[in-house]
Amino acid sequence: MVDLRTSLGSAVLPNPLATASGCAANGRELSRFFPLSELGAVVTKSVMLAPRSGRATPRMAETPSGMLNSIGLQGPGVDAFVEHDLPWLQAQGARTIVSIAGGSIDEYAVVADRVNGAPPGSVAAVEVNISCPNVEDRGLVFACDPMAAAAAVQAARRALDPAIPVLAKLSPDVTDIVTIARACVGAGADGLTMINTVLGMVIDTGTLRPALAGVTGGLSGPAIRPVAVRCIWQVHAALPDVPILGVGGVRTGLDALQLVLAGASAVSVGTVVFNDPSAPVRVLRELHDALEERGFERFVDAVGYAHRSFEQEYA
Amino acid sequence: MAPSGPIQVRGEVLSVRRVGAYFHVTLLAQGVAERVRPGHFVALAVGGESSSMLLRRSFSIYRAQERGVYGGTVEIVLAAHGPGTSWLAGCRPHDPVDVVGPLGTPFALPKDPASCTLVGGGYGSAPLFSLADALRARGCRVDVVLGAGSEDRLFGVLDAKRISQSVTVTTDDGSLGHRGRVTDVLPAVFARADTDVVYACGPMAMLRALSEVAAAHGVAAQVAVEEAMACGIGVCMTCVLPVVGDDGVTRMVRSCTEGPVFRGESVRWADVGTVPPDCLGAPLPAGGH
Ligand SMILES: Cc1cc2nc3c(=O)[nH]c(=O)nc-3n(C[C@H](O)[C@H](O)[C@H](O)COP(=O)(O)OP(=O)(O)OC[C@H]3O[C@@H](n4cnc5c(N)ncnc54)[C@H](O)[C@@H]3O)c2cc1C
Ligand SMILES: Cc1cc2nc3c(=O)[nH]c(=O)nc-3n(C[C@H](O)[C@H](O)[C@H](O)COP(=O)(O)O)c2cc1C
Ligand code: FES
Repeated sequence: MVDLRTSLGSAVLPNPLATASGCAANGRELSRFFPLSELGAVVTKSVMLAPRSGRATPRMAETPSGMLNSIGLQGPGVDAFVEHDLPWLQAQGARTIVSIAGGSIDEYAVVADRVNGAPPGSVAAVEVNISCPNVEDRGLVFACDPMAAAAAVQAARRALDPAIPVLAKLSPDVTDIVTIARACVGAGADGLTMINTVLGMVIDTGTLRPALAGVTGGLSGPAIRPVAVRCIWQVHAALPDVPILGVGGVRTGLDALQLVLAGASAVSVGTVVFNDPSAPVRVLRELHDALEERGFERFVDAVGYAHRSFEQEYA
Repeated sequence: MAPSGPIQVRGEVLSVRRVGAYFHVTLLAQGVAERVRPGHFVALAVGGESSSMLLRRSFSIYRAQERGVYGGTVEIVLAAHGPGTSWLAGCRPHDPVDVVGPLGTPFALPKDPASCTLVGGGYGSAPLFSLADALRARGCRVDVVLGAGSEDRLFGVLDAKRISQSVTVTTDDGSLGHRGRVTDVLPAVFARADTDVVYACGPMAMLRALSEVAAAHGVAAQVAVEEAMACGIGVCMTCVLPVVGDDGVTRMVRSCTEGPVFRGESVRWADVGTVPPDCLGAPLPAGGH
């Protein structure tokens, strides 16, 4: 048996498997397929201040080994989430990582503050989704600008109890992800989540028009896994002490292991849940077996391992 | 009480048979059948375990049998339309297929015996047969209207004759029955059968037109919609459409969990594919995904 315990900052998890924001709603639907307490953590759908209808349909298009989505952060708003979903998740024995989003610095601060008001123990960590367009700055996405990213993270960090770790969720759609990562850590992020979806587009060759009502959308699924591995690798190399929640195209235990070897201290399964609702527990089992077969006694020893052998062989 | 809620099982194809323009597929899916109620659907993984097609394909349940010769089975009727449905149509006996189901909110059945008209468009007739059984078990009168583009796209005309008071058939090209749309014949059927409730499944345009006719005739409508779905289980939010709640508020509602069956008048048909400005949470500030 491999010791699977891990941590993301001060959040200690019994194992490294989590859901990904937006791919597990707030847990209820998946709990029909496996007990949520078996996961290291449940990462909830990004919640904003007010209820949101999201975008028009069609909101998705299947692509090779992936999909595009333009959901538009549909959700009930943070107050309903804190009142209904958090206590339910806590009663299930789930460790909840709450994903928050905002269109302005102030919205990040207010949403974080509302989450901070949740009953003690119901929030394991807060993930700050900075892939939102900044309404105050020409719609420029927070995650694409180090100053804006840092400001959003700082707003959330200040509003939250210092005992609750803050993870900044980075977008791969930037020239230098290490710069953004540094800015977020400088602003108080205790860890990083990588990666959010990659901006993409599909044109329907029947209608000769964009397939999504929102024109562009986020690409996810195994198609983006190499991008996730690369981002995790680069950031772990630059900031080896900063814990990373790896996300992007994980379908099997070996996929998860790649992210871990690149430097992820925990791994989320996103789009693949649509294919296999029990994927999170299956991937956990497969990851355990893969570690055991490779002689690891503790999961944490595998975190960033690929860097180690790389340095030894090529230094 | 019978177990409820969806399960995920590794199923197996028992048979694939051509029926007109469609394929009738029987799947062994242990544990699913006893949970099925009329209007439920299943979501199937396509292409095998390492397929590059990640999203599940949803199908109405035509029949579910708890105790077939091989165990619990679920039958679907599918139109080979794109790569996923073509893959399913090409399956051979014993091929494994991962099944999640039963999913969705089934048809609401009347408490007291009522006169029910069942309307199917194309393969949309598939879920109506088990519904007819359930309605007849409650002492309801059942009349059936089946419509399609052409004769080969009608499903279950003979089945329908066995289970109903009357069957009316329409085809767009006149290859069988009345030439035209199901809505052309509905007023006459409503009058003849003194219809209380119309149950319908088929293309969205048909459901829209039918909901309007039903409302005009004071007939309650229960319609099973078909929106593009990525997960089928309620976690992705791709399958939404604008629906008015009992409180009068419009929300973008998931058709896989709150549906696929809705009251006809609760769906804002003219606004499907948009977010109406008076919808809860609209208009949205730009962007985000
Ligand atoms: C509740 C429900 C019941 C259905 N019942 C039946 C049935 O009984 N028989 C039948 O033949 N078909 C049925 N459909 C439609 C069927 O799901 C689609 O035709 C099928 O998913 C198309 O897959 P594809 O790979 O052939 O096409 P593609 O267009 O390549 O599919 C790409 C993606 O879009 C989704 N998609 C495309 N068209 C539809 C659609 N019309 N509805 C939902 N998702 C879609 C697919 O699931 C897939 O994720 C039903 C759909 C729903 C939502
Ligand atoms: C339908 C859908 C909705 C998503 N919603 C969110 C969201 O609300 N917040 C967020 O931070 N990421 C969201 N994501 C991104 C995922 O959390 C994840 O970062 C991305 O999909 C890559 O992982 P995957 O390849 O395992 O899906 C969403 C992804 C999908 C497919
Ligand atoms: S199909 Fe995923 S929420 Fe309905």
